[in-house]
Amino acid sequence: MTPTDKRYRRQIQLPEVGTQGQEKLRSAKVLIVGMGGLGCPAAQYLTAAGVGTLGLMDHDRVDETNLHRQILYGNSDVGMWKVEAAKKALNRLNPETHFICYKEGLSLDNALDSIKQYDLVVDGTDNFQTKYLINDACIKTGKPWVYASIYKYEGQLSVFNYQNGPSYRCLFPKAPRKDISCQATGVIGVLSGILGTYQATEALKVILGIGNALSGKLKIIHTLTMQEQLISFNRNDLIIQETKDNPLKLEALKCELRDSENTYLDVRESHEQPKPSNSTINIPLSELMERYAEVPKEPNVHVFCQSGIRSKQAIAFLKDHGYENLINVEGGIETLLK
Amino acid sequence: MKVTVKYFGAIAEQAGLHEEAIELSEIGTSLGDLKTHCIQKYQLDDDALQIAINQQIGTVNTLNDGDEIAFLPPFAGG
Repeated sequence: MTPTDKRYRRQIQLPEVGTQGQEKLRSAKVLIVGMGGLGCPAAQYLTAAGVGTLGLMDHDRVDETNLHRQILYGNSDVGMWKVEAAKKALNRLNPETHFICYKEGLSLDNALDSIKQYDLVVDGTDNFQTKYLINDACIKTGKPWVYASIYKYEGQLSVFNYQNGPSYRCLFPKAPRKDISCQATGVIGVLSGILGTYQATEALKVILGIGNALSGKLKIIHTLTMQEQLISFNRNDLIIQETKDNPLKLEALKCELRDSENTYLDVRESHEQPKPSNSTINIPLSELMERYAEVPKEPNVHVFCQSGIRSKQAIAFLKDHGYENLINVEGGIETLLK
Repeated sequence: MKVTVKYFGAIAEQAGLHEEAIELSEIGTSLGDLKTHCIQKYQLDDDALQIAINQQIGTVNTLNDGDEIAFLPPFAGG
């Protein structure tokens, strides 16, 4: 035992871990996608356990409303990039772990290249689109991933794509039409701590090769009743083969716009979600200069984007080109949904 | 013939309860019958809804006395 192993002595003492297990942890590379309620506690325990390399990925900055559940962050971190605030705190916890920070979300562009460099992925995301993207990228690169999701007082946990086990698509083949986020529904802070810690547990089991990883099983925990369920499900070879064969794609989250008789001009980029099922005219703001002639001249064309800012810019541009028939959708697409 | 139905996530809120016993004699004994009944009774959002019988997804369709049915909506919070 080297002097630095003193910090890990209590886990090396476990016969299932030992010095060999500690060595496995030291050489392990884990990517945590999403450094929020789930990602923070998972990162804390994996760092403390001596995982050698942790990738931290998040496109967001620390917000005051995060602090009741993302307890890796404190008041002075508000406004900082999450991955930078996390790295600072985790470094203090264990300087032996090497951190790689990604100030971006998981996307079609970076998913395969980033996941390829790790042994497994911990899912700390808060939306269906990224969960399906992690799933598909992990199938394509042959990496296991540890899934969790939380809703108010209730959590789900599973390990996907582990030793030919089932994937997220085997459990939920059909992507839901819309997201329900903590932002919208509220969530009890400890719940993310419980689920994130369970994710770290599963990650450690996978790295060490001990116990039974939660593959082919969905664990459900309800913190108000403290009832737990363990649901079994099978691998769907067809779905997995399809995912392998097809190029990586983003699940389109569909939505329906109110007032379907209106003419709508969507100036968001093609990857932006959700996609209305109504017929709309799509010209991304970045292409408007070349394509503005496609904008209809009929009265009352409603122009929208995600928040109402780009649609305003689009209208200003179009006004200079003789369009007087445009109405800005203040507040963006959210305000148009049924 | 009675089964126990458990509701999870937003489905439990829509149903207004976490668990109930349902008599199948007037509904039918297939999983599809029960699903239709519950969705209509509570106006449940069945978008991407997954259902387990006796803690197992996707293997049986016929219900038996004492079965435990779980309505499992996906959710994505983190």
